[in-house]
Amino acid sequence: MDLLRPIAQTGKYFAMMGRVCARPERMRVFVKQYMKEMVSLGTSSIGIVLLISVFIGAVIMMQMAINVTSPWMPRFAVGYTTREILLLEFSSSVMCLILAGKVGANIASEIGTMRVTQQIDALEIMGVNSASYLVLPKVLGLMTMMPVLVVFGIFAGIFGAFLTCWVSGIVNASDLEFGMQYEFEEWHVWASLIKSVFFAYVIASVSAFYGYNVEGGSAAVGKASTDSVVTCSVLILFSDLILTQLLMG
Amino acid sequence: MIELRSIYKLFDGREVLHDISARFESGRTNLIIGQSGSGKTVLMKNIVGLLTPDRGEVLYHDRNFIQMSRREKKRLRQEMGMIFQSAALFDSMSVLENVMFPLDMFSADTYRDRMRRAKFCLDRVNLADAIDKNPGELSGGMQKRVAIARAIALNPKYLFCDEPNSGLDPKTSLVIDELIHDITVEYDMTTIINTHDMNSVLGIGESIIFICDGRKEWEGSKHDIFKSKNEQLNKFIFASDLLRKVKEEQENTHKPPQP
Repeated sequence: MDLLRPIAQTGKYFAMMGRVCARPERMRVFVKQYMKEMVSLGTSSIGIVLLISVFIGAVIMMQMAINVTSPWMPRFAVGYTTREILLLEFSSSVMCLILAGKVGANIASEIGTMRVTQQIDALEIMGVNSASYLVLPKVLGLMTMMPVLVVFGIFAGIFGAFLTCWVSGIVNASDLEFGMQYEFEEWHVWASLIKSVFFAYVIASVSAFYGYNVEGGSAAVGKASTDSVVTCSVLILFSDLILTQLLMG
Repeated sequence: MIELRSIYKLFDGREVLHDISARFESGRTNLIIGQSGSGKTVLMKNIVGLLTPDRGEVLYHDRNFIQMSRREKKRLRQEMGMIFQSAALFDSMSVLENVMFPLDMFSADTYRDRMRRAKFCLDRVNLADAIDKNPGELSGGMQKRVAIARAIALNPKYLFCDEPNSGLDPKTSLVIDELIHDITVEYDMTTIINTHDMNSVLGIGESIIFICDGRKEWEGSKHDIFKSKNEQLNKFIFASDLLRKVKEEQENTHKPPQP
């Protein structure tokens, strides 16, 4: 029976997404919810994205400077590798893993609490498609805001790298700047943004699924939050593998 | 009018509802009573469509709810209002937004008219001065009254109340009961109330069905509930010391005087 559970869960997920993708009942209500979710899921995450990105940018630059220095390596290699790591993996994949914890748990617990306090039943009784009303604005809101967060993350990471460079003097700033600009490929930015949109969909929809299907009380809501973060993280890592091959291969 | 015909419901092979038939008339308060775990809430969920019966029919003015298409069900649901045990107010919205919500979703009125209607409903439940508060700032009784205002916002034909007095003190319970009864008569709604509160039964029980272990054991009104010979019903009613004493006193009063 337990072997069939993942298949049953996947089926339930797609059944819920079928309801989520229905046309909103009232466009004005949907737009209001969509704007609200962009603020609560996206804008409110800018602070943590900036904070983490500055520190990670600084640490990546320091690690590169310490470990990649060799007479055989050009001096700009530190800037080049820092940029590539920030662009290709950190700003999209690692940032989304972090946001899966913050945003994913938030979505799962919010919807889960609505389930256990019968607010979702109240919506259904009124004739509202609760899945569409609750989940669609969250999914679209996060998919809209995630690329913005990624751009903030990239710039904050680069700022962190330069900040360390100026403060510690571990690398020459002009070498770092040259490395950052060396053989820049615009497609890498696009690839990062495309990945982030996909990850945003995974985070919002999977977390909403766990919250929507909570059965029980507050303990079940807590478990749903944890499960959603774990599942989102695994799915992000797995899909990162496939997306990297598709976009960069 | 809502009619149930031979409703059966099973969970994991265990029968939770067994052959329940009943008729709930409009313009009066219809009560479903029974102990906790007797199947009242499951029955109500089957009536409103949150669950589907394994067998039987649920008729809303002779329209079979179970056989309706999704669109028909959605249309019918806009004629329903429900008050949940926990009030189930949307905690991300203010009191006014909660009451305006069904209007925002389904009414074609202008914003001003929707606002006027929501304020009227809140005024009807004596909460006109709580419109800007959040549900968390309200007492249990006030939350129930907001739930009533939200339930009547779209002028429904059917009102469902799942243990509306749970967690309330007797005085507030009385206010809620009277409010539900008055609204039922005023709007000529078909109201079904799940309760195990004997004060509600004796106060607004115009039509009562008693459920025990998923079976309908008794049907009547508040006027004949004390005269019932049903053993299960008597056990349920006279579980309270107070009611037992009231009955004993009544019996003593009606006894012929000893020579």
